[in-house]
Amino acid sequence: MTPPATRAPAAPAAARQEPAARTPDRRALPLTLLALTVLLLASVTAGLAIGSVRVPPGEVWGIVAHALGVDRSPPDWSRARETIVLDVRAPRVLLGAVTGAGLAVVGTALQALVRNPLAEPYLLGVSSGASLGAVAVLVFGVGVFGPLSLPAAAFAGALGALLLVYATARTGGRITSVRLVLSGVAVAAVLTALLDLLLLTTDRGNETRAVLAWTLGGLGGVDWGMLWLPGLALLLGIGVLLVQARNLNLLLAGEEAATTMGLDVARFRARMFVLVSLVTGVLVAAAGPIGFVGLMMPHIVRLFVGGDHRRVLPAAALGGAVFLVWADIAARTVAAPMEIPVGVLTALCGGPFFLWLMRRDARRGSEGGPA
Amino acid sequence: MSAAELVVDRVTLTAGARRLVADVSLTARPGEVIGLVGPNGSGKSSLLRAVYRVLRPDTGRVRVDGADAWSLPVRRLARTVAAVVQESGADLDLTAREVVAMGRTPHKRLLAGDTAEDAELIGAALDAVDGAGLADRPFDRLSGGERQRVLIARALAQQPALLVLDEPTNHLDIRHQLDVLGALRRLPATVLVALHDLNLAASYCDRLYVLCDGEVTACGPPAEVLTPRLLAEVYGVDAEVAVHPRTGAPQVTFLPGRPGTDAAPDLPAGRAVASAEPGGVGGLGLGR
Repeated sequence: MTPPATRAPAAPAAARQEPAARTPDRRALPLTLLALTVLLLASVTAGLAIGSVRVPPGEVWGIVAHALGVDRSPPDWSRARETIVLDVRAPRVLLGAVTGAGLAVVGTALQALVRNPLAEPYLLGVSSGASLGAVAVLVFGVGVFGPLSLPAAAFAGALGALLLVYATARTGGRITSVRLVLSGVAVAAVLTALLDLLLLTTDRGNETRAVLAWTLGGLGGVDWGMLWLPGLALLLGIGVLLVQARNLNLLLAGEEAATTMGLDVARFRARMFVLVSLVTGVLVAAAGPIGFVGLMMPHIVRLFVGGDHRRVLPAAALGGAVFLVWADIAARTVAAPMEIPVGVLTALCGGPFFLWLMRRDARRGSEGGPA
Repeated sequence: MSAAELVVDRVTLTAGARRLVADVSLTARPGEVIGLVGPNGSGKSSLLRAVYRVLRPDTGRVRVDGADAWSLPVRRLARTVAAVVQESGADLDLTAREVVAMGRTPHKRLLAGDTAEDAELIGAALDAVDGAGLADRPFDRLSGGERQRVLIARALAQQPALLVLDEPTNHLDIRHQLDVLGALRRLPATVLVALHDLNLAASYCDRLYVLCDGEVTACGPPAEVLTPRLLAEVYGVDAEVAVHPRTGAPQVTFLPGRPGTDAAPDLPAGRAVASAEPGGVGGLGLGR
């Protein structure tokens, strides 16, 4: 017989000395956030400076400082340039930053809520739902809530689409990537078809072109009056999600495990779905459906700060803002004087990213998992 | 942290028309380690689910220290009851330490940061499963056994008065099986653990409950419960039981073939054990 007590326990402990693959340092978060903030300021400056009329960065800062009342010295630039920077470019750049941040945050939350790394408002058909809602208001001209009708309808459409995709993708308490993506694609296809049908049958021909351009996602033609609502939605979204960051983390452990750690999963998910739809609806109403920002940003950011939502959310917000500001700069300069819808550009980056992510997950699935 | 008393009082669980557990009662006194054994599909996991508040009983009650587990707020219960479940999470780049840190959630206010006390508890929980070396590694790159140990550490970090574990030794090599069960024994908490390995159950549990077809077939100290007759009846296997000279625990040796080698189905208690329980036939269900 072999008495088990004589085992020497030393060997296995030494075998554990593998190099850590990645250690998210506690100091890394403030540094990353600082770097991203600086990057965002630089990007916004670039967004204000670059265009058909180039304004030097120094002059941009002068104009902004003057407008903010920081710098009271007499201006040494023309009124026309001031108008270009403050009234034409600034709202557009800010909407880009707000939309990028909002979409990234919403994507982060969705990936945790449906426990799937491929989740994103655009791919899940949430943006299509929002578009349909908004276009229905435009075409039928119903305005129950006055100026808020458009975002309200977009919110309703987004929530409806999200619930539909979630219900069809879920079988036996589990959502596989394949079913999720297929449900998203199918729902988005139906909603887009309905949207096209609405546009083709409407007799307001001159508006159709404008609406069509909007459905590709674009930041053109924004004025200051359109900014407050997306800004508010972004603050609400980030605020609530940051407060709920620990609970979002719990969802990563699985639904049963999250329950055993004190989370009422069904109720929490329902509330977060409403929040996510609200933010998506408002952003889509303002900027059209812009895809893949919400997919890419959380994953890129996780490479630097790890997966804890208390770190991912703020970093993804800043990253999304930077990304969309630059995407918009590209959209209006690459084919100038023609303007490319920014959604086309984000899809150009995001599509390949999506494929890479899918292949990476397939690799992980085959090498990891229970033996 | 102290140990809680668990009383499962005549619980019946169903999934649609299927009956999972029928009229099961179970008691764990404070500090006891209770083993739940039985063939695959006998209702072990379902019963545990009712205790950690995922599967609501159709009838009967689950009481923890006298309070109905199903009428407490989820968060309140999570401060008393922790669980290691058979479910894998999503792959979203958390380190092992961050996974263990989740266990602190029910004790934290939503915006509160992790304190030095939390860090200490997390470190101690990792040490208890020999997991200090895993702390900074990405959870989704760990092996099955390493993950399992991290999940046990997460439950320990929750500082439970009652710890429920669904086959925690799955995927573990023998050394870590012994380590983990030893760590459970040393906990000040009450432990309810479903186990496949009868010899481990016999060595580490104060009392065993044997489930078969969703009913309790036997309960009591391992030496009283693990008899050749019961093993034949519940698992449909031929086995010898001896007392181990060093540990004093009953030791089960499985013998090839089925009880009553003529393959005649008239088994001792006359219950259609082997045929009604495909997972429990022979030794096939044991190792998976």
